Amino acid sequence: MQNRLINWFKFSSPATFYPLARRLAPIFWAIAIVLVAIGLYMSFFVAPVDYKQGDGYRIIFIHVPASWMSMFIYLVMAGWSAIGLIFNTRLSFMMSQALAPTGALFAFISLWTGSFWGKPMWGTWWVWDARITSELILLFLYLGYMALVAAIDDRRRADRAGAILLLVGVVNIPIIYFSVKWWNTLHQGATIKMNGQTSMDETMLLTMLIMALGFWAYSIAAAMVRVQSIILEREAGSTWAQELIGERA
Amino acid sequence: MKARHKRLALVIAGLIILGVATALVLNALQGNLNYFFSPTEVAEHKAPEDHVFRLGGMVEKGSVQRKEGELAVRFVVTDYHKQVPVVYEGILPDLFAEGQGVIAQGKLAPDGTFVADEVLAKHDENYMPPEVAEAMSAGEKARLQATTVGN
Repeated sequence: MQNRLINWFKFSSPATFYPLARRLAPIFWAIAIVLVAIGLYMSFFVAPVDYKQGDGYRIIFIHVPASWMSMFIYLVMAGWSAIGLIFNTRLSFMMSQALAPTGALFAFISLWTGSFWGKPMWGTWWVWDARITSELILLFLYLGYMALVAAIDDRRRADRAGAILLLVGVVNIPIIYFSVKWWNTLHQGATIKMNGQTSMDETMLLTMLIMALGFWAYSIAAAMVRVQSIILEREAGSTWAQELIGERA
Repeated sequence: MKARHKRLALVIAGLIILGVATALVLNALQGNLNYFFSPTEVAEHKAPEDHVFRLGGMVEKGSVQRKEGELAVRFVVTDYHKQVPVVYEGILPDLFAEGQGVIAQGKLAPDGTFVADEVLAKHDENYMPPEVAEAMSAGEKARLQATTVGN
């Protein structure tokens, strides 16, 4: 037990995590490219048309995985922030910062594809219902977090302020998820339900899950690339980083 | 107590307080966060009678009436309990059909008709190929027939 704990903590140091991130990034890029390629092919050519929405529903294969990722990445960032606040580990805050732009990207894609889907099906680009509004708040939380961290010069203060913002904003995640259940919304209810029942054709579901896994791999790959720059930038004064830069130059 | 246990307790306590506060706020806002009123709520006078609100429900089967050469369309919105007649002049979304979900924005006329100035389609969370949908509705019909015969 003692050994396993020590092994995990070893990677909480930026100096040991840096080479790991460098090794992981290309692996996850490869997984992401393969899965998204398969997923997109299935989205357009394999999944059957919908009985009501025809081909228009196919945007779901981007919309739903992107929405899931936007919520999940926020939870992961909040988790890293809590660990960072409690254990005072620098790397945790760096991970939060490395994930933020990807989360914001997915929140934006979710709103954008939703809008493009809403116009032909519902008859409107945008409505202020509970689901759509809370997802917009999520996008603002991401942008606000990035702006806050960038605005404070003292790194330790920036980390803590950002972490508290992330933890406060975490209440928004259950609101997004359950909004369609708690209130009357224009947005329909969840297709993939918590109790394991799914109101979707199997091929469609499989396609959506492949896309979701592809987005996962992309998120990890992007975070691993970004965290390397953040580590190097912050640890530029340390001996190991100097040696590494010297080696490359 | 170590410093990190204190911080852990602080974070957990903070999240709990925040969660309770949010739950209370949402509870207090309850009705105001609803995007639309159902026909039952309209019948119970819960919907505002003198200004614009949204009405949501299903378009009752066989209720859609169009007049030749006019854009105006009349239909009945139901929640399988109460009904509200709706009149609308304009372009309907593609998914608008009898038996489909719909959200209309407008005002109640003195005679109880809802005069809509915008109609949006609300679809459900079911996605399936047309063959499956047909097979399912055939199965449903067979089941209904079986029950009526049984009675």
